[in-house]
Amino acid sequence: MTARQLANGSTERTRENDQRKRWNVPSAEQATDRALLQLAGISKRFSNGLVALEGVDLSVGPGEFVTLLGPSGCGKSTLLRVIAGLASPSNGRFDWPQSNHDGDGKPGRSLGFVFQEPTLLPWRTVADNVYLPLQLAGKRKGDVQDRIVEALAQVGLSRFVDAYPRELSGGMKMRVSIARALLTNPHVLLMDEPFAALDEITRTKLNNDLLELFARKHLTVIFVTHSVYESVFLSSRIVVMSARPGRVSAEIAIDVPYPRAEEYRMSPTYNDCCRRVSDALRRAMAETPFVSD
Amino acid sequence: MVRRSKYVALAEVLPPFIVGVAMLAVWEAACRVFAVPSYLFPAPSAIAHSIVVDVPGLMRALWSTLRVALIALGLATAIGSLVAFLFVQNKLIERCFFPYAVILQVTPIVAIAPLIIILVKNTQIALIICATIIAIFPIISNTTIGLRSIDAGHQDLFAINHATRWHNLVLLRIPSALPFFFAGLRIASGLSLIGAVVAEFVAGTGGQSAGLAYEILQAGFQLDIPRMFAGLFLITVTGIALFLVMVGFSKLALGRWHDSEMERENG
Ligand SMILES: Nc1ncnc2c1ncn2[C@@H]1O[C@H](COP(=O)(O)OP(=O)(O)OP(=O)(O)O)[C@@H](O)[C@H]1O
Ligand SMILES: [Mg+2]
Repeated sequence: MTARQLANGSTERTRENDQRKRWNVPSAEQATDRALLQLAGISKRFSNGLVALEGVDLSVGPGEFVTLLGPSGCGKSTLLRVIAGLASPSNGRFDWPQSNHDGDGKPGRSLGFVFQEPTLLPWRTVADNVYLPLQLAGKRKGDVQDRIVEALAQVGLSRFVDAYPRELSGGMKMRVSIARALLTNPHVLLMDEPFAALDEITRTKLNNDLLELFARKHLTVIFVTHSVYESVFLSSRIVVMSARPGRVSAEIAIDVPYPRAEEYRMSPTYNDCCRRVSDALRRAMAETPFVSD
Repeated sequence: MVRRSKYVALAEVLPPFIVGVAMLAVWEAACRVFAVPSYLFPAPSAIAHSIVVDVPGLMRALWSTLRVALIALGLATAIGSLVAFLFVQNKLIERCFFPYAVILQVTPIVAIAPLIIILVKNTQIALIICATIIAIFPIISNTTIGLRSIDAGHQDLFAINHATRWHNLVLLRIPSALPFFFAGLRIASGLSLIGAVVAEFVAGTGGQSAGLAYEILQAGFQLDIPRMFAGLFLITVTGIALFLVMVGFSKLALGRWHDSEMERENG
């Protein structure tokens, strides 16, 4: 945490001047920690020949809040799926050095994933949907009832415990999905545009909640968003990606200490960071060979 | 809300009911005005009379046919679902056996019923086999499709939570397949009755366990046309009842969650 407390707000490295394997470079934010997750030269080619990722190097240290930012279709979701072990890379090395994962490289139960779609089971009530990961882990519903209720209260859905997903709005479904991912007490949380369907006020509230949780539970978060503002508010590091094929275009560290509150949103540092990230994003878009869809 | 849905139900039932009554009235009137003899084309009143005259006989026949149909439906459901489970376990199994399921489906039951009746000594069992063969295909094909059409996102969700094979089956595959299964069950319920009736026609056996088809055949030989119509009427009513029961099951199981069972909210 202290390592991030640099006064100059943000530091930027473009990929061109950083071709070395990143975890070998003792950078500011990783000076003390070993990497939690290492990706080296990850490529992903789908069976239809589309190259979604090419040569992605990424290292995530414990306690980092890394955001993937980039144009639609640049492979953010694909990268997250590779990290989660849901898709296998066609090329490259990929490792969780610290976790005692099973043989085939899957991390332990400590991984939470909020998918881009709510992926609620339509035949289960909201409470039962949230209960699902615990059920799959062999927990009895009676033993975790309180936690379920609490998790739903946290996302403001106390009144909808017994509702079915089809009775909820898009944003409400997404909040159920977030509650479900948080309930398992993951160490690493992967979130794919979790707040995209929410109104500004709810989004701000959940941003704050997420940061509070991030600090309290010592989470490591890998987050996907389209919003520059959101990424700057939340992240300790922003990975800007460009499309076709998806690759890392720039990495920007946001060296503002947590906890971050409303004052941070108003601060000149925040504005400055937003501008830098926007510029980096614009450059990433320009790298895209043709106009993104 | 409750009053509204009752009103909606009434609005759904009333028009076809009125049409039915009107048609019966026209039929009755035509028969009387043109003095059609009842051995050519009986009036509704004559049909009703022939039902009332022999309620116990017809009911016994009806029960006999219905029993065959219900047992066949049960067997078709059990065997069909089992076959569907085997099919989704292994693509090779499906590739090997699905064509034969199709052959079973496209072969007219009238053509194979005599063979089965010759091969199987016990007529009741032969009837049940015929009806099962005709009812099983929609169960197999629908359940197979259902067990296969699992949302990719749901699969990811289960994978990320390290779900066991058993949990995958019970908590994901089977619930996903239910809407498809019930659609198949509705079709199968009608087919099982058709299978039972057709097989009875072919077997043509009377006695204690004579079914409605036999009653219709006998009535035909005796030129008791109203009784033929009475048998036909009872078969139709049974078919509708069977269908409605399946709809009820489906509502019970899918109730609040599936779109097919939800009333659209418009204004
Ligand atoms: N299963 C698949 N088969 C083939 N191509 C795929 C598949 N999934 C994704 N793609 C392609 O891979 C590319 C990256 O997709 P991905 O979903 O990772 O984008 P994204 O960055 O998450 O976009 P968005 O911001 O719109 O969610 C896209 O061009 C998409 O068409
Ligand atoms: Mg995506």
